[in-house]
Amino acid sequence: MTEQGVGASPERVGGLARVTGGQAYVADLRHEDALQVKLVTVDCARARIIAIDPTAALAVPGVRLVISAADLPDPMPRFGPQFVDRPILAVGETKYHGEPVAAVAADTLDAAEEAARLVRVDYEELPAVFTVAGALAADAPLVQDPSLRPGDPRSLSNVLREHRYGWGNVEAAVADVVVEHAYRFPMVTQFAIEPHGFIAAPDGDGIAVWSSIQHPNWLQKVLARLLGLPLAKVRIFAPDPGGAFGGKQHAKYEPLVAFMALRAHRPVRLILTLEETFQAVRRGAAEIRVRDGYRRDGTLVFRDVDADYLIGAYADIADRTVAKGSYTSAGPYRVPAARIVARSVLSHTVPSTAFRGFGNPQQIWAVESNMNEAARLLGIDPVAIRMRNLAQPGETFIPGDTPADGAWAETIERAAAMIDWSTPPPTGRGRGIAVGLKSGPTTGLSYSTVRLLADGSVVVYAGTSDMGQGARTIFAQIAAQELGAPLDWVTVIMGDTAVVPYDQQTSASRSSVLMGDSILLACRDIQARLRAMAARLESVDEATVVVDRGVVRIGDRSLPIRDVLVRGLGLLGGEIIGLGEMRKEAEPDHPLGGTAAFFEFNCTAVEVEVDRDTGDVTVARHVTVSDVGKALNPMQVRGQDEGAAVMGLGHTLMEHYIYDETGRIRNLGAIDYRIPTSMDLPLTMDSDIVENEDGPGPYGAKGMSEGALLCVAPAVAGAVQDATGVAIRDLPLSPERVWRALRDAESAVRPDPVEGAR
Amino acid sequence: MTTTQRIELTVNGRRRSEEVAVHHTLLEVLRDDLGLTGTKACCLVGECGACTVLVDGDSVDACLVLAVEADGSSVTTVEGLAGDDGLDPLQAAFLATGAAQCGFCIPGQLVAARALLALHPHPTRSEIEEGLAGNYCRCAGYEQIIEAVQLASTTSATSGSEP
Repeated sequence: MTEQGVGASPERVGGLARVTGGQAYVADLRHEDALQVKLVTVDCARARIIAIDPTAALAVPGVRLVISAADLPDPMPRFGPQFVDRPILAVGETKYHGEPVAAVAADTLDAAEEAARLVRVDYEELPAVFTVAGALAADAPLVQDPSLRPGDPRSLSNVLREHRYGWGNVEAAVADVVVEHAYRFPMVTQFAIEPHGFIAAPDGDGIAVWSSIQHPNWLQKVLARLLGLPLAKVRIFAPDPGGAFGGKQHAKYEPLVAFMALRAHRPVRLILTLEETFQAVRRGAAEIRVRDGYRRDGTLVFRDVDADYLIGAYADIADRTVAKGSYTSAGPYRVPAARIVARSVLSHTVPSTAFRGFGNPQQIWAVESNMNEAARLLGIDPVAIRMRNLAQPGETFIPGDTPADGAWAETIERAAAMIDWSTPPPTGRGRGIAVGLKSGPTTGLSYSTVRLLADGSVVVYAGTSDMGQGARTIFAQIAAQELGAPLDWVTVIMGDTAVVPYDQQTSASRSSVLMGDSILLACRDIQARLRAMAARLESVDEATVVVDRGVVRIGDRSLPIRDVLVRGLGLLGGEIIGLGEMRKEAEPDHPLGGTAAFFEFNCTAVEVEVDRDTGDVTVARHVTVSDVGKALNPMQVRGQDEGAAVMGLGHTLMEHYIYDETGRIRNLGAIDYRIPTSMDLPLTMDSDIVENEDGPGPYGAKGMSEGALLCVAPAVAGAVQDATGVAIRDLPLSPERVWRALRDAESAVRPDPVEGAR
Repeated sequence: MTTTQRIELTVNGRRRSEEVAVHHTLLEVLRDDLGLTGTKACCLVGECGACTVLVDGDSVDACLVLAVEADGSSVTTVEGLAGDDGLDPLQAAFLATGAAQCGFCIPGQLVAARALLALHPHPTRSEIEEGLAGNYCRCAGYEQIIEAVQLASTTSATSGSEP
C-alpha cells in the first residue's frame, strides 16, 4: 500500500491508455452518420454583414446544412459565463478576425471545407480597435452593442468593468523612495496540443454533447437555457481534455453544434484547426503601471497599481481574470496602504479567457519586476527586500481575506539556497528571483459518489476533468487509502453528466482540495456504515469500532474491510454507497464573492546568460519551489511544477500574438508562434516543494498547478538586468527585444551606476 | 469529384489494402480510414509532432505525407509499439517517470523516441533533446520525457532494434 497510497507516486491512473494510443479524446470518437462541420469566416476583424448566400455551398455534393444568423432564433441566443454577450454566430457584424458568420455541415470534411469556401458573404469592413490606447480613445468605435449592457454607465465606452481594491491611505503614505514603472504583458495563447473539439447529437427527446471541456456541469446549464431543455435532457460527455490550461473552461462552439444537430437530426462534429483555436482562446494582454513607496530599509509603505487588461470582443470569463488577478496585486506582503485599479478593456480581438494563472501572471510580472527595481535602487538584496515585507503565517495581509496560510519564508529560503543565492553567479551570468501568489477558489461545490462493491473494489464518480493534472490518480489514491483497496481495484468515472454528480468546475487548482475533500467525505460515509456493520456482526458497541486506512479495528483486533463487507452484505451481496459534498460558500460582501480557499505560493530563481551579440537569453539554471501543503503524488506535483515553469518561460522568452493593423494575427499557427520545445529548456531545472500539511485539502494538501508559472517572467527579467544592467519592461524577452535594449543602453550616456548590485 | 487510388501498406505488421483519396494525408488515412486514432492531429503543418509515425523506420510527420506517397511502405504507429510480451520499454518508462500528463502528445513522443533509440541506443541528454525537438508538449513534461527515454535506453537491450 505504501507505494500506492497518498504521498506515494504510483503510475498515473489512465496512464496505460495514454502510452498505447487507446485514450479517446473528442476527435477520436466516432459517430455513425455524423456530419462534419466547417466554420465560415470573413478576412477582417470588424465587418458589417450585408448578405450571406449559401446557394453555391449547398450545391456541393454531400452538403446537408448551411447555417447563419438568419437560421437561428431572433433575437440571437447569446451566452457567456459572466455576461450573456456571445452570439451563437455573428449577427449584424463580426467583432474579431476569425469569428464565424456561418457554418457548413456535410457528409465529409472535404465537402464541408469546399462548401465553406463557397458561402458568399457580402460585407463591409468597419473601423476597429486592437490596442488599449485605441479602445480607450475618445472616438473609438464601441466593441459591444450598448443594448447588451442595460443600465451600465460604461456601456458607451469600451471599458467593460473597472475593479478597485485597496486599504490604508496611499496619498498620505510617506516614503523615502518611490519606484514607478510601466510594464506590458502580451497576448499569448493556451496552445493545448489537442485543438478544441465539439460533437452534438440528438438524444431521444434531448441532446448529447461531447466536448473537451473543463466544466461539463456549467456547459450543461448553458445549453439547457439556450435550447429550452431541462437539465436532465442535456447530457454532456467530457472526455479527458488533451491539455486545457483554462482555455477549455467555458462554452465556445458547443451551442452552435447543438443547434446544428437538432436542425440536421444527425450528429455533427466540429474539430477546430490549431489556427481556429488561436482565434478562439488567448490570455488577456495587460499594461500595468506600478508606483511603490519604500523606506530606505526596504520596507514597503504603499503600493499603487493601475492596470488595463486588453480583453477581447466578448467577455467570456476574462473580466473575472482581471478582477481576481489584479486583486492580489499587493502580493504576499504586508503593505500598509494599497490602491489597485484594474480595467477590463474590450477590443476587436480574440476573446481572452482563463489561462493558467488567471490574470495573475500579468500583474505579478509588473509588481515583482518593480520590486526588483526597488532592490537595485535601494542597494538591498532582492531576497532580503522580500523577506522584510513578507506576511508571516497567520497574518492578515489582504484585509478581509484569508490570512497567510503557508510557509512562504521557508519557500523563498529554499529557492535561494538551491540557486546558491549567497554566492555570486559565475562571470557573465546574472541571477533573478521573484515570488508568485495566487488566490485559490473563492467558492466551490463538489459532490462525489463512492461505491464500495461487494468484493472490496471501488468505483469513484467525480465531475472533475482530468486534463493532465492527474486528478483521476489523486482521487483513486484517496479512495484506495481510505477503503483499503489496491489502487488497481479502484475505477474513477468522470465526464458524463447523466452519471456523475454535480461539480462546479475544474479550475483554480481546486480539484485535489475540493473534490479531494468531497471524495474523502464519501469514503468516511462508507466507513461509518462499515462501523455499524462491524458492530452488528461482532455484537459490540459501535463506539468501539474504528475504520482507518483500509482496516476495521475492534479493540485490539484488526479485520480487513473486505471481510467485514462480505459478511455484512450477506447473501444478496450489494454494495455500500457513500456520498460526499464539499462546499465553499459564497460571501456576498467580499469583493471577489468569497475569500481564498487557499493561496498558491511559489518562488522562482533563475540564472541566465545573455548573448550580447544576438540578444539570446539562455536560462542556465531554473529553480522553482512551491508550498503545496502536502504532495498527494510527488511525481505528479513535479510534473505540474516543472510544466508550469516551462510554460512560463514561453511567455517570458518567445510567445506573443502579433496583430497587424487590420486586426489579423500575423503569426497564426505553429510555424510562426513559437512555444518551448525540448531545445528551449533551462540547462538545469530543479523543482522542490514545501510540505507542512497546512492546506484545507485531504491530508493537508493545497492546490498547486499554477504556482510555478506565476513569477517566471520577473525572475528572468531580473536576471537579465543583473547580467546586463538593462531593465526590460515588455514581454517577451525575445532576442530582438533584448538586443535592441542592450544596443539602446550602450548608446546612452553611462549605464546604471549601481550595476553589479544585486 | 474525389480521385482515389488503391495503396498497399503494412501497418503495425498487418498488411492493409486501401482505396484512398489521393489528396488525403497518411494521417487522415490512419485516423479516418483505418481507425487508428492513437496518432494525433494538431498543427497539420509539421511543427508539433503529434502525428509522428515511422515510415520504413524513419520518423515522419504523418500530416506532411500523402497517403499515396506511403504506398508500399511499412508504417508503425503508437498502437504498434507494444509487443506480444507487453509494453515497449519506452512505454513502460514513460509511465514510470510520469512523462504522460494530458497524454495528447505522447503517441508522437513515443514514436519519435523509438526512432531516436534506433539511431542512438544510448543517447546523451542533448541527443534526446535534439531527437525530440519536433515534438511539442504543452504540459511541458520535457524533463520527465527525457528521463523516460534515458530510462528506456538503459532498461532495454533491444530498444535499438528496428520495429
